[in-house]
Amino acid sequence: MRAGQKLGLILLLTPLLLWLSLLIIIPHIDLFLLSLRERVGVRQYETGLANYTTILTEPLYMVTFARTAMMSILATVLTLLIAFPVSYYIAKMARGRARSVLFLMCLVPFWVSELVRTFGWMILLRESGVISGLLQWAGLAAGPVEMLYNDAAIMVGLVYTSMLFMVVPLVTTLDSLDDAVIEAGYDLGGSGPSILREIVIPHAMPGIVSGSIVVFMLSLGNYLTPTMLGGKDSLWFTQMIYSQFIVRFNWELGAAFGFMLLILSSLIVWAVLRLTGQTLEKTMG
Amino acid sequence: MTTPLPDLECDALTKRFGAATAVDNVSFTVPAGSFFSILGPSGCGKTTIMRMIAGFLEPTSGDIRIKGRSVLDVPPNKRPVNMVFQHLALFPMMNIADNIGYGLRRKGMAKPEIVRKVDEALDRIGLPGIGARRVDELSGGQKQRVAIARCMVLEPDVLLLDEPLGALDLKLREHMKVELKALQAAFDTTFVYITHDQSEALVMSDSIAVMNAGRFEQMGTARDLYYRPQTAFVAGFVGDANRWQGRVIRAEGEALEVKTDGGLILRAVSPGRTLSVGDRAEVFVRPEAIRLAENAAHVAQFDTQISGNVATILFNGAASRVIVTDASGAEIEVTLPQSGEFAHLTRGAPVHVGWSGDQGNAFAATGL
Repeated sequence: MRAGQKLGLILLLTPLLLWLSLLIIIPHIDLFLLSLRERVGVRQYETGLANYTTILTEPLYMVTFARTAMMSILATVLTLLIAFPVSYYIAKMARGRARSVLFLMCLVPFWVSELVRTFGWMILLRESGVISGLLQWAGLAAGPVEMLYNDAAIMVGLVYTSMLFMVVPLVTTLDSLDDAVIEAGYDLGGSGPSILREIVIPHAMPGIVSGSIVVFMLSLGNYLTPTMLGGKDSLWFTQMIYSQFIVRFNWELGAAFGFMLLILSSLIVWAVLRLTGQTLEKTMG
Repeated sequence: MTTPLPDLECDALTKRFGAATAVDNVSFTVPAGSFFSILGPSGCGKTTIMRMIAGFLEPTSGDIRIKGRSVLDVPPNKRPVNMVFQHLALFPMMNIADNIGYGLRRKGMAKPEIVRKVDEALDRIGLPGIGARRVDELSGGQKQRVAIARCMVLEPDVLLLDEPLGALDLKLREHMKVELKALQAAFDTTFVYITHDQSEALVMSDSIAVMNAGRFEQMGTARDLYYRPQTAFVAGFVGDANRWQGRVIRAEGEALEVKTDGGLILRAVSPGRTLSVGDRAEVFVRPEAIRLAENAAHVAQFDTQISGNVATILFNGAASRVIVTDASGAEIEVTLPQSGEFAHLTRGAPVHVGWSGDQGNAFAATGL
């Protein structure tokens, strides 16, 4: 390689390398070292796995993690179920202008900050909110109805926040499915459901998996939505990390929490990939 | 017993898209076991006809009958018609055996029976033992055959083929023409083939319909279309032809004498059409119907004789042509015989060309 080309390559790679090393690798090494420190006294530390044993032996922590993971999986499944027909319509049925408009409509909510969007849900769902008011006006409820601060509210918020991240990869993969292949399915005697099962879904699998991974990770790591819609005590794993770092000032345990989240979520993604017979290269490539 | 029912009948088939008429009152009948082609330029409505027969489009009016039974209210997945798509549309997510077995599985056939039928079909198309391969491991010609086998295992009454050779390279296309014809004979099924490539249609078909702007211009055998075109469009579209505009200066029944706008005097015939002196006419003469000679005596027997010079030699092996310009500058394209006689022909050489009047097809000019 000529010297000029080499310089060009280095310059092109610099932002990526800076990003990776400064924002991902170095903080994580530091966090990892931090998580291995045990506080034995005031300003006295030893290296050990005590923080991790605390997490594994304290049921509340593991229960919170399991709950967060289950809720995230449920949110992912719900998002997929809602986004699939939407994406199919955008990719295969809508034509020309309607298509861009529909796609834009999926995008528009993301022009508003997540905080404001979540406030929107609070305005709708709170005791003195729009839906509660409508129910009372229609005579369906005797008094104000509180719809915030429960798991259903969290779920609504998570699905709403994640929708775009499922729609985009699904539209892309469904778009690449030749219409003639679907027609061939009908022509050879296939019915709607059988074509969906044997042709459309297998083709869309990479998009389904990559969308699901993104939505799952976003839900798992979401702090704002569970806190605002589920309340301060909604037992979301990120809230535990927050409270260790900020409230308790126990950075060591907080770092260990962070690492557990990374390891456990990676395990779940790996298991799902194995189960569906997909690989990361196939879904991301 | 009455005469056997034709496999496919289209009766006054019409399709309009908004104000545009894609298919205009087309009727035809395809007898059982024959190879029928619809030949036309792109955008003439041939794909629309095919999609209506397959059931993906609903005709605005008219009827489609398969073995005498109207199929208009039968959805595409229930019609006894299968289609080979332009880009084949094999299922990339399945292997070859699953592709071919797809229709059988949908019919609810027992597994061992499917395996047997798929193997049989693979033998039939000369690709035994490739069932476990993936679609993208096959060559273009192999995919073609798999796409046909995938339809044929279902034993359709009619197989529709939508320009399936379009994506293949020239050599393979030539080969597949012969092979398709052989496959049709082997499966003994009615094929309806649409194409814009006249040589595909001429080589394979028992009967051809030439289509233009939503209508059938002419229907007949390849020979009919080539030797006895009934419209100017067919004369120009099927095979190559020299084309002149002019005015009729003498008419003796069907035999005409035409003076072209360039000043050539030609003889032509107009069987079944009436053209009288003074009418504008269009004359088509095929390059291969014109005799080329270096000596005027060799074209003396023809009633149209022109002398000129070689303007260009278009060498293309067996299909080589010479463009001859006469004194007035009019160009005449003539097939160059490869018998060695003209091997030394060069640009500017004086030559004589001639043809007999019945090789010139004259049509009333369409106001151009």
